[in-house]
Amino acid sequence: MPVLRSSVNTKSETFIANRDHMQAQVDDLYEKIQKISLGGGEKAAERHISRGKLLPRDRINALLDDDTPFLEIGQLAAWEVYDDYVPCAGVVAGIGMVAGTECMIVANDATVKGGTYYPLTVKKHLRAQEIAEQNNLPCIYLVDSGGANLPRQDEVFPDRDHFGRIFFNQANMSAKNIPQIAVVMGSCTAGGAYVPAMADESIIVKEQATIFLGGPPLVKAATGEVVTAEELGGGDVHTRISGVADQLANNDHHALSLARNAVSRLNREKPQLLDVKEPKPPKFDPKEIYGIVPKDSRQTFDVREIIARIVDESDFDEFKPLYGTTLVCGFARIFGNPVGIVANNGILFGESAMKGAHFVELCAKRKIPLVFLQNITGFMVGKQYEHGGIAKHGAKMVTAVACAKVPKLTVLIGGSFGAGNYGMCGRAYDPRFMFMWPNARISVMGGEQAAGVLAQVKRDQKERAGESWSDEEEAQFKQPVIEKYEEQGHPYYASARLWDDGVIDPADTRLVLGLSLSAALNKPIEETQFGIFRM
Amino acid sequence: MINKLLVANRGEIACRVMKTAKLLGIQTVAVYSDADANARHVAMADEAVNLGPAPSKESYLRGDLIIEHAKTLGVDAIHPGYGFLSENAEFANLCKSNNIIFVGPPASAIEAMGSKSAAKRIMEEAGVPLVPGYHGDDQQESTLKKSADEMGYPVLLKAAAGGGGKGMRQVWNESEFTQALNAAKRESMASFGDDHMLVEKYLTRPRHVEIQVFCDSHGNGVYLFERDCSVQRRHQKIIEEAPAPNMSQEIRERMGEAAILAAKAINYEGAGTVEFLLDEDGSFYFMEMNTRLQVEHPVTEMITGEDLVQWQLSVAEGNALPKTQQELTLNGHSFEARIYAEDPANNFLPSTGTLHLLQPPEQSSLVRVDTGVIQGDEVSVYYDPMIAKLVVWGESRDIALKRLLHALGDYHIAGVTTNIEFLKRVASFSAFQAAELTTTFVDKHNDALFAEVKRDTQAKLPAMALLAILHRRLGKSMDVFDKHSHESSPWFTTGAWRANSTYKEQVTVLVGEEEFHAKVNHTLGGETSEAWEVVVGDNTFIVSGSINNHQLRANINGIESRYTFAVKDDEFGLFNQDTHINFSVVAPSHGDDDHNNGNSNFDAPMNGTIVAHLVKPGEQVKKGEPILVMEAMKMEHSITAPSDGVVDSFYFEPGELVDGGALLLEFTNADS
Repeated sequence: MPVLRSSVNTKSETFIANRDHMQAQVDDLYEKIQKISLGGGEKAAERHISRGKLLPRDRINALLDDDTPFLEIGQLAAWEVYDDYVPCAGVVAGIGMVAGTECMIVANDATVKGGTYYPLTVKKHLRAQEIAEQNNLPCIYLVDSGGANLPRQDEVFPDRDHFGRIFFNQANMSAKNIPQIAVVMGSCTAGGAYVPAMADESIIVKEQATIFLGGPPLVKAATGEVVTAEELGGGDVHTRISGVADQLANNDHHALSLARNAVSRLNREKPQLLDVKEPKPPKFDPKEIYGIVPKDSRQTFDVREIIARIVDESDFDEFKPLYGTTLVCGFARIFGNPVGIVANNGILFGESAMKGAHFVELCAKRKIPLVFLQNITGFMVGKQYEHGGIAKHGAKMVTAVACAKVPKLTVLIGGSFGAGNYGMCGRAYDPRFMFMWPNARISVMGGEQAAGVLAQVKRDQKERAGESWSDEEEAQFKQPVIEKYEEQGHPYYASARLWDDGVIDPADTRLVLGLSLSAALNKPIEETQFGIFRM
Repeated sequence: MINKLLVANRGEIACRVMKTAKLLGIQTVAVYSDADANARHVAMADEAVNLGPAPSKESYLRGDLIIEHAKTLGVDAIHPGYGFLSENAEFANLCKSNNIIFVGPPASAIEAMGSKSAAKRIMEEAGVPLVPGYHGDDQQESTLKKSADEMGYPVLLKAAAGGGGKGMRQVWNESEFTQALNAAKRESMASFGDDHMLVEKYLTRPRHVEIQVFCDSHGNGVYLFERDCSVQRRHQKIIEEAPAPNMSQEIRERMGEAAILAAKAINYEGAGTVEFLLDEDGSFYFMEMNTRLQVEHPVTEMITGEDLVQWQLSVAEGNALPKTQQELTLNGHSFEARIYAEDPANNFLPSTGTLHLLQPPEQSSLVRVDTGVIQGDEVSVYYDPMIAKLVVWGESRDIALKRLLHALGDYHIAGVTTNIEFLKRVASFSAFQAAELTTTFVDKHNDALFAEVKRDTQAKLPAMALLAILHRRLGKSMDVFDKHSHESSPWFTTGAWRANSTYKEQVTVLVGEEEFHAKVNHTLGGETSEAWEVVVGDNTFIVSGSINNHQLRANINGIESRYTFAVKDDEFGLFNQDTHINFSVVAPSHGDDDHNNGNSNFDAPMNGTIVAHLVKPGEQVKKGEPILVMEAMKMEHSITAPSDGVVDSFYFEPGELVDGGALLLEFTNADS
């Protein structure tokens, strides 16, 4: 058994300094999430509860099997994006176990702007559906929303990936027998009314939930008819008269138990896709990751120290360990499931890229899921490397990653810059899930490099014009660029825009990967057809 | 000679009688109702005959049928136990006329003592001291009330034919008299078929001390010392002891002699008990004589070393008493605690259910358990809810008391609410330890006793929450196991993990009628270790542990303890020396399916019989007014109006049996 050894000294000053630095970042993350979890604030929550309604997270807790995890996605969605405070983009989404079945749950938060859909709310809802569709997960929508955010209609209504796509997805998932279950627990107005209407099964809470295309004010304006919300589209109306909903629930808890019943009779069996062994925890404490990741992001660290704290028994069978050493590839297990790990251990050279392509091919052929641990400043540049065909070697790796049909999971554990992001299965390469550590950074290149490139261009211009440019002027020129890259490359900025599925505590990496992988394995693994590898 | 004995009873006393019969080589015949077909006493007997349906009137009280079976089976003697036919003179006569020995006193003695008023007259004549009271035949309400007014309140109304607290009411002032009288009469009529009432001065600090007597057919009589049965609830004894604490030899002798005098006055034979009220000044008054073997006879057996059933059988065979007064010695101290299926916190209301865990303490010559049930038996609505008698002996009262507490601690029962924790409270209460006993002990110390019960329950919340969570997880892994062909999925090995936050839940448990809350923070879960933070009020406990079969291992703030637990559906029982808690985890309400919200208060509190409608359908009632009376376990319970309103209709007629939880009536709130 090729068990990794660790050379980490947990008593060293460096380790302690690193650990404290990471702890501060994790603390900040927890603090932000704590605030976000409160939704629209205490007052709104009180008002919500006084109506006999549960808060969205409590609804999810009641829906889930007891004592099971909830893999929330997009916690930081819309964080500091809008002038309005829209925590979690007004919709809580994630994967949880319901009656023993992994499901995608999407719960509107009516305490946040009445649960209306901002552009990022739409994006998050669609991302949740995408995850469900890619991984064959039944969807449960806990509906409590005023529909599209009218002042921003141009950003939520007309385009392909806007509001209408939600219902397109429902129809097409239903077609693939990915069950769509709606639980209407509050308003469900206008376009939103299609969520239960398009669902395979729908449940509505009596004297609390309403479904209508046009609410009482609109009806009055349009036809002069005066009608109460309950008369227009209450639970009684829809379960006795219209048939828009199937089951009438007495309250939130009742509705959620009916939803659990619905899931329990879906007749779904999770396929057994892999050669699974009994799960065993790593030999090293995952919490030690804090002290391993250098405080200064420009310093390097041996990624095997991270792998040793993620995989079962720290057992890692490395592929081509002596070749292309800046990319570490190898076989391991996470919670008993076999995985192929591709992890950066320095800048990518032609050899590393070819090794990576080879390894991805192996895993795709053998149907072994892939885990990418990104910490990449990019591919090597320079005359020697361009002549050596670094671009085509990089292309091989990008091709392999793009085409591989096995579940791909990506975690950004450090930098994610340039084409390295592509080769290491960035968002554009459709990983089933993608998470970031709080210390990670993502941008087309590092801030320093970008500033350097821009400064060089500027200096060339100045020199052509015969102007002089002092070092101070250059530093002044570079500073805002660096700052902008730092801001936009920050995980909160990325996660707020749903470039990833969330920022995670590095100590939870193994668990998050385990849960994601388990969810991904609900869908049978397809055969991979690779494109042309440029030789 | 008795070769074959029929025991005309059930439960622990039937078993206890058969035990001695077997020792003496006597064959035994059990009788049973449909409800008792699989009961322990049936299994113990050599032969058993069915008497009919569950209600006693149709089975255990069918003297005619019992005689018939006795004749068919060639029975020499019938032991009636206590209750049922034990003090039924007619039955004693019936035995005699059929040449079957009735193991008890002659019918004439039963008759003489059967009516309390007649008994008192006899005792008065024989020179036995009596409590002031009215024992006359004139039963008009005005006469009874006048006598009560004259002797001054409080007074006690007692069924002349009664016993065991049935048909008995305290009356604290004039205004309560009429209602109390009606209720006592109704109860008396239901229990004894007679509503003749006595009125007595109610002594406020008396002790209940009774003398065990034994007489034979040769004119001999002895007393086997006294028992103190002061600790009672609702006039039923719960802890008895022998000898009575702080009893001088002189008073003992005087009472013993008075008791023999009483017995001889009615030509008594066999085992009998003369009950006295012993006042603080040492004066004592005759209350009644019980012409049967008492429930609490084992404490006398423990301090005398005699087997009273053996004595009974010997005397019944016509032998002289086995010992003279001089040969009898009093040795050490003994307690008996009666373990009931009842909820002390809810006014001692009987509880019914299945005894899905029944673990008595280890038995020895020092610890004795008399019981008629085994694990899995039902405690039904039809009979007395007593589960067992726990009897201990010690060289001194202190030693015996310590042993009692320990044995109570080891008595673990789940499936019904029991009074074990309450008994422990009583037995460890300072006034009890100091033997400051009166018949008002429980009432007097009520608040203090219950305050401690509540505080104790609160202290056990971390362990209760832990059990609930561990058990929930166990159940879940069973369910989910089907879905995942392997255990590898972190979805059910890693607890309630939440991304970048902590899952917090509120666990609410119901103990008796009271809800207790704890917050559980799932902070410390993980792949390799599991622990929870349980917050009760201002206190936080770090809790971890495991369950295995019926054992819970709990680590609470670093302290390991072990418990036995039982679980059936949502009902848990959690036990160790200091813990006897039956609880359920309260699930969130799923609301009402229909719109009769106002009616939820009118569910029958338990299985029982409707006694009376106190108002007519359509009648206006005031808040708190009694609407309906039901009876369970021979105790009456009133259903009162929760608010002003109208009773629309009753769903059951008087006499009908209802199940616990059944909706009894329809009520419309005045506001709605």
